Amino acid sequence: MSPPGPAGLLAAAVRSGERSARSAVEEALATMAASDGGLHAFVCVTADEARRAADDVDRAVADGQDPGPLAGVPVALKDNLCTRGVPTTCSSRILEGWRPPYDATVVTRLRRAGAVVVGKTNMDEFAMGSSTENSSSGPTRNPKDTSRVPGGSSGGSAAAVAAGMVPLSLGSDTGGSIRQPAALCGVVGMKPTYGAVSRYGLVAFASSLDQIGPFATTVDDAALLFTVIAGHDPADSTSLAEPVEIPPQALGAGVAGVRVGLCPDLFEGASPDVVRRVRQAAEALAAAGALVEEVAVPELGYGLSAYYLIAPAEASSNLARYDGVRYGLRVGAPDVAAMNTATRTAGFGDEVKRRIMLGTYALSAGYYDAYYGQAQRVRTLVIEAFARAYARVDVLLGATTPSTAFPIGDRVDDPMAMYRSDLFTVPSNLAGHPAVSVPFGTGDDGLPVGVQVLAPALGEAVMLQVAAALEGAAP
Amino acid sequence: MSAPPSGRLGRAEVAHVARLARLSLTDEELDRYTGQLAQVLDHAADVAALDLTGVRPTAHPLPVVNVLRPDEPRPGLDRDEVLAAAPEVEDDRFKVPRIVGEAP
Repeated sequence: MSPPGPAGLLAAAVRSGERSARSAVEEALATMAASDGGLHAFVCVTADEARRAADDVDRAVADGQDPGPLAGVPVALKDNLCTRGVPTTCSSRILEGWRPPYDATVVTRLRRAGAVVVGKTNMDEFAMGSSTENSSSGPTRNPKDTSRVPGGSSGGSAAAVAAGMVPLSLGSDTGGSIRQPAALCGVVGMKPTYGAVSRYGLVAFASSLDQIGPFATTVDDAALLFTVIAGHDPADSTSLAEPVEIPPQALGAGVAGVRVGLCPDLFEGASPDVVRRVRQAAEALAAAGALVEEVAVPELGYGLSAYYLIAPAEASSNLARYDGVRYGLRVGAPDVAAMNTATRTAGFGDEVKRRIMLGTYALSAGYYDAYYGQAQRVRTLVIEAFARAYARVDVLLGATTPSTAFPIGDRVDDPMAMYRSDLFTVPSNLAGHPAVSVPFGTGDDGLPVGVQVLAPALGEAVMLQVAAALEGAAP
Repeated sequence: MSAPPSGRLGRAEVAHVARLARLSLTDEELDRYTGQLAQVLDHAADVAALDLTGVRPTAHPLPVVNVLRPDEPRPGLDRDEVLAAAPEVEDDRFKVPRIVGEAP
């Protein structure tokens, strides 16, 4: 067994009556009030609802009932997860003030497990970005160095955990939006197998790539949160019929005999201090008995280009729904087409407009086959290349990001430089595979470095087993 | 056609795409977006130039087709709650400005 993390310990204490959920929630709210002013991880704090939910948990314990595996644990939600009656904005002006009429399935599952939602976190608008600077309410700052970005697009959720405001949070990962901010903030962030977690109530960005996943301070806590949110949901037709199992003993099993592929295509081109940490991680796994070999998967290099055609194409279609008719912003005009245009022009920020136009172009007559069609074929190449690699090894090891956290403002005017932050994370999304970022020491600048463990579809157990070993060996 | 498009993305194409996407751009925005989008497409030239004859496209990571649920009545969203989120409502319906008429 690996030792439980702070969320697991807290839930155990609340379930046994040793600690009240209310006190845990008050502590989280106080920490948020004290430290979020300078960070802006949260866009909305749900203090009253949280106190009520905590009191319900405490009453259940007093009545001899078990409130569930996350009893009394404060959790923060990325603001693209629908919360009934609580504003859900995707950090966009176009959804300002919108209160969804339903909860996302992951939110329902959290409540059923006894978790307490304390607020909604800042993000890049509609999850498009790698720095949480594309937010209608301003950027989130990295708790490890407030002049730097926390990464994105789930930067608020990463910062909230890294700053100790909450032990757990949820994000969404379309091209690295959980793993990249986890790496830059020094926490654990996991993208599950596509379909392992229901997307019902996750505001859609690129539906064939989007997946919800956990942030935590330890691998054990990430696994705990994943187990709560995972499972089949009839409301999401792409949710897997069978649950992804993580045997309780898996995380503490060690890595003796586990085949690890150190993949140069997942760290070459990164800054030298990041590369050093990845090699050090490989050595640590080898020292712990893993069978480490170098496995080249050159096709992954095409992933970034394919991703930045496929994701905008799907986004341009998904975001057509923001038309000023049924919810969100409306900017008045004499006829409906002019109203649509005025609403979208005023409601969307720069990056969202850029991606909508890019996607519209990639899908348009005359260019469809050369761009979108070609990207879909590259997606097949990436999937087949992964399959060949996983015939030889159980997991692949690489860097999560090419560098440590970069300064706020550094890449906002250079989309391609920003997109390159996702170089090592997009292949797993294209393939629908799980991947996790684990903190592994710091770079030359003293900022956190994340190493990434990738596994084939449904490979969460072995992936987290390796992640737990890395966590134990981290410098 | 599957040959990579020749020539760089131009201002007229971006203006056309913006119209299709129902976005209105200022001249300054048009210049800026044209440069930025051309840069992204230049990067995608590596993919556009690959010979992938015979490789089937992947639209989705899961091989699921025709997922059906039992055809049973069940409650939907509350109508009043849904309409409460709309910018304008009349007689339990979403109200929009004129649809048929002169183009602006």
